[in-house]
Amino acid sequence: MREIDCEIITETVYDLALEANYLLPERVLEALEAALARETGVARAVMAMLVENARIAAATRTPLCQDCGLVVVFAEIGRECHLSGDPCAAINQGVARAYQEGYLRKSVLADPFRRDSNTGDNTPAVVHTVLTEGDRIRLHLAPKGGGSENMSVVEMLVPAVGRQGVIDRVVAQVVAGGGKPCPPLIIGVGLGGTLEKAALLSKWAIMRPLGEPSPDADTAELECDILAAVNATGVGPMGLGGKTTALAVHVEKHPCHIASLPLAINLQCHAARHQQATI
Amino acid sequence: MQLTTPLDKQALAELRAGDAVAITGTVYTARDAAHAKLFELLDAGQELPFELEGQVIYYCGPSPTPPGKAIGSAGPTTAYRMDAFAPRLYALGLAATIGKGDRSRSVREACEEFGAIYLVAVGGAGALLAQRVTAAEVIAYPELGPEAIARLTVAAFPAIVGYDTAGNSIFPADAQHPRG
Repeated sequence: MREIDCEIITETVYDLALEANYLLPERVLEALEAALARETGVARAVMAMLVENARIAAATRTPLCQDCGLVVVFAEIGRECHLSGDPCAAINQGVARAYQEGYLRKSVLADPFRRDSNTGDNTPAVVHTVLTEGDRIRLHLAPKGGGSENMSVVEMLVPAVGRQGVIDRVVAQVVAGGGKPCPPLIIGVGLGGTLEKAALLSKWAIMRPLGEPSPDADTAELECDILAAVNATGVGPMGLGGKTTALAVHVEKHPCHIASLPLAINLQCHAARHQQATI
Repeated sequence: MQLTTPLDKQALAELRAGDAVAITGTVYTARDAAHAKLFELLDAGQELPFELEGQVIYYCGPSPTPPGKAIGSAGPTTAYRMDAFAPRLYALGLAATIGKGDRSRSVREACEEFGAIYLVAVGGAGALLAQRVTAAEVIAYPELGPEAIARLTVAAFPAIVGYDTAGNSIFPADAQHPRG
């Protein structure tokens, strides 16, 4: 067993939360620059602003987006770890400190119906713990903005709609969202499982390094087909028209009931903020 | 195209969906919670914290202001959430709203009816847009934190005309429902 003092979780989360808000992942910036190169007109102007924004945010340590999100953490905890305390509490302490000291926006309401119930420190984070083998803790942290999250959906499809039905449903969701989720998007898809499993998988899909294909060949092909179909819609950057509606599609599949075809579509905006660290 | 606040109707009437503009002057931030409060005042026949005529509302909840800066990150929030409010404010003289994303038909129609516009600012460009804000002052509802109403002084704030006064829309989706 490896003893882990939860304080190190707090400190790591603190660093991740700040970095995630100021620094766009390398691969995302590259994807934005590639989109800039192929767009014209208004779409090009939008992409130019996004690339410049990333530069300014990093240089001045200003949040990329004023919506510093609700923090989502996937904590992969090795079975050989013995934690000194509650990892969720440790994570929340790190988030609270980062959001206070980093001048990050606190956007969490304690009660969804009470607009005056802001928790004041952007906690609680939404934490998903996963037990893995080994004695490491791998933390994936993503501040998830409200705009793209609001255009996400879980639906129980009829199995008969099949592969094409899934593609069509993702395209329909993107078209309905238009500019609201801030394209260009990264689209996380959870396919199979149960209602909540599909939803969780769709969020986990977004955590994948941008553009990394599924290790399963069939799934990788589905990712390509969905991406092509989405970009064919012409929704474009910020929904103002263009070639780049999505930068990538990541699909996570899971076995499911013979009567079901759960489909979760989690949209991630172009401010695809996530960082990870291993303890 | 340079726009200076307060915006006059003639200047607005010359704009067309897709035009790039740069705004200098004053804009007021207000989003979900502040709009609800403004409408409580309107319904009670009470005075608003700021004059509407010729003014601009920017749907924005900025991140906290660090020392030495005018404002934190300050990009637009999704405008459709304020669709229930915009037409009446346009009717009362509001010249423009700034947000992101497409909106409902009622907003597009209100722009045409009242000679107002909806401007699109680039979502997620919060750090870049913040550089165009030279001053910020909370003028109402400080308890709402990021949702307070603030008066921003802006210099060459970039936006694109989303809906113009002739009922045109920049959004490809709206091409299926042309107006005018």
